[in-house]
Amino acid sequence: MPWIEANANVAVTLTVNGVSHRLELDARVTLLDALREHLRLTGTKKGCDHGQCGACTVLVNGRRINSCLSLAAMHGADNITTIEGLGTTDALHPLQAAFVAADGLQCGYCTAGQICSAMGMLEEWRAGWPSHVGEHAPAEAITAAEIRERMSGNLCRCAAYPRIVEAIQRYAGDEGAST
Amino acid sequence: MMPFEYLRAGNEADALQAAADRPDARFIAGGTNLLDLMKLGIERPPQLIDIGGLDLRTMAETPDGGLRIGALVTNAELAAHPLVRARYPLLSQAILAGASGQLRNKATTGGNLLQRTRCYYFYDPASPCNKREPGTGCAAIGGFNRIMAILGTSAHCIASHPSDMAVAMRALDARVETRQRDGQMEVRALDALYRLPGETPHIDHTLAPGELITAVVLPAPLNGRQRYRKVRDRASYAFALVSVAATLAVEDGMIVQAAMAFGGVAPMPWRDRTAEALLIGQTPSQALFERCADAVTAEAQGQGGNDFKITLLRRTLAACLTDLTGNVP
Ligand SMILES: Cc1cc2nc3c(=O)[nH]c(=O)nc-3n(C[C@H](O)[C@H](O)[C@H](O)COP(=O)(O)OP(=O)(O)OC[C@H]3O[C@@H](n4cnc5c(N)ncnc54)[C@H](O)[C@@H]3O)c2cc1C
Ligand code: SF4
Ligand code: FES
Ligand code: FES
Repeated sequence: MPWIEANANVAVTLTVNGVSHRLELDARVTLLDALREHLRLTGTKKGCDHGQCGACTVLVNGRRINSCLSLAAMHGADNITTIEGLGTTDALHPLQAAFVAADGLQCGYCTAGQICSAMGMLEEWRAGWPSHVGEHAPAEAITAAEIRERMSGNLCRCAAYPRIVEAIQRYAGDEGAST
Repeated sequence: MMPFEYLRAGNEADALQAAADRPDARFIAGGTNLLDLMKLGIERPPQLIDIGGLDLRTMAETPDGGLRIGALVTNAELAAHPLVRARYPLLSQAILAGASGQLRNKATTGGNLLQRTRCYYFYDPASPCNKREPGTGCAAIGGFNRIMAILGTSAHCIASHPSDMAVAMRALDARVETRQRDGQMEVRALDALYRLPGETPHIDHTLAPGELITAVVLPAPLNGRQRYRKVRDRASYAFALVSVAATLAVEDGMIVQAAMAFGGVAPMPWRDRTAEALLIGQTPSQALFERCADAVTAEAQGQGGNDFKITLLRRTLAACLTDLTGNVP
């Protein structure tokens, strides 16, 4: 592949929530800005733009990342899932429903990031990935202490933390019961 | 962010060729450090070579019982790998004590080693900083220096190296494999990757322009137990004020092997062979750990705001060795 000149656009095909979009972007455009400003998927939020808050969390090939610290041009081969791909206002994803039921938000600015992060986090849990808290068997139910540690990359300025933890734990429990 | 030329390299040869063609180009792996700094105008590479598509994502056992870790293995994959958890728990613990789940999914082995300091003045383009703008001075000396280093500093820079992973790797005697732009392979011990600031704090490492890290190789682990202990300002998602990585083997009540490295206290993951030698052949005791801490901090120098790190390092070292030996008198 040749060099893309500094002021020329990069052609990149982003696959977001199962739909492919062919875009011509300045190479400096982050994945976050491509989603929000170019694809108008504004569910994903920009908090700090520096990897410090987690508001911009999306799933890339099922793994959670901060979309603000990645270039859109780096994701041509990936499957990206945003909050819009998880549920809709009419058909909430069970984890979204759990956030509503547990009152896991106040202003809601961090919520999309919390939910995408929790989806990735629970996948990591089921894969048996350890955390700073310790090791576990993949089938074990997740504890509040584990949720707090594993979700520490998502800040909530309203400090809805106790209910965020509750929402995730409820959802994980229901999910565990149904599988 | 300054405009840059961009190339997504398809393989290692392309990446090295691109680096040879553009001597000022920088590699981008996870991007979690480089993009952060580019957004602030602190890093201004005229070209980026995206190495995300290179085949450097594998982990494999080496014939002598060690482990070769591809430069693009993510921090999350490395920490969760069964072989790492079984044989190098110290490394898994160190990675999991750093950053966040999201960042660890993106951060790579090579990028983590080369991440730059979190010195506040380095991050603030309005402040003098010899690391960012050579010759402008160091705002941290005489300034707010709570997080700065106490060992290996110079009159020109007192910044600390922020990596947790690199501290564990230093204790584990990691070696770094690279390729020069001409394809020549090089191997160096991890400490030889880094430079102390001296009079040129703007140069963090010893890689030549365009030299690509391809892998980190760990030798077979030492006998005994391993532990990474990190002290930070909040319980999670914060850089180390002080950290200690240690492996210790005790036989018949006597320490027979010891390796230790220290984070948050120096411009590179720090190691002190004198302090290690002092432990060998001894019975673990708090008095022994004190003598070991004396050796480690013999040359330590605070700058006011970070004086507390000298005591914190001593205590974290003693606590870590106590974790490894059990509660000794
Ligand atoms: C909010 C926040 C909190 C964090 N907390 C911690 C923490 O507690 N502990 C910790 O250890 N880290 C922490 N980090 C830092 C994080 O670990 C690093 O940003 C990450 O490891 C860098 O890896 P990367 O692949 O994204 O590097 P990149 O940003 O892609 O690259 C970093 C540097 O390495 C060079 N490079 C990358 N790969 C290669 C290669 N193969 N060969 C040659 N050069 C290469 C690049 O040119 C660049 O100069 C934190 C980061 C953030 C944003
Ligand atoms: S300590 Fe180093 S990085 Fe920080 S201001 Fe001084 S020269 Fe810059
Ligand atoms: S906007 Fe990406 S982490 Fe804050
Ligand atoms: S609900 Fe307001 S930031 Fe979390």
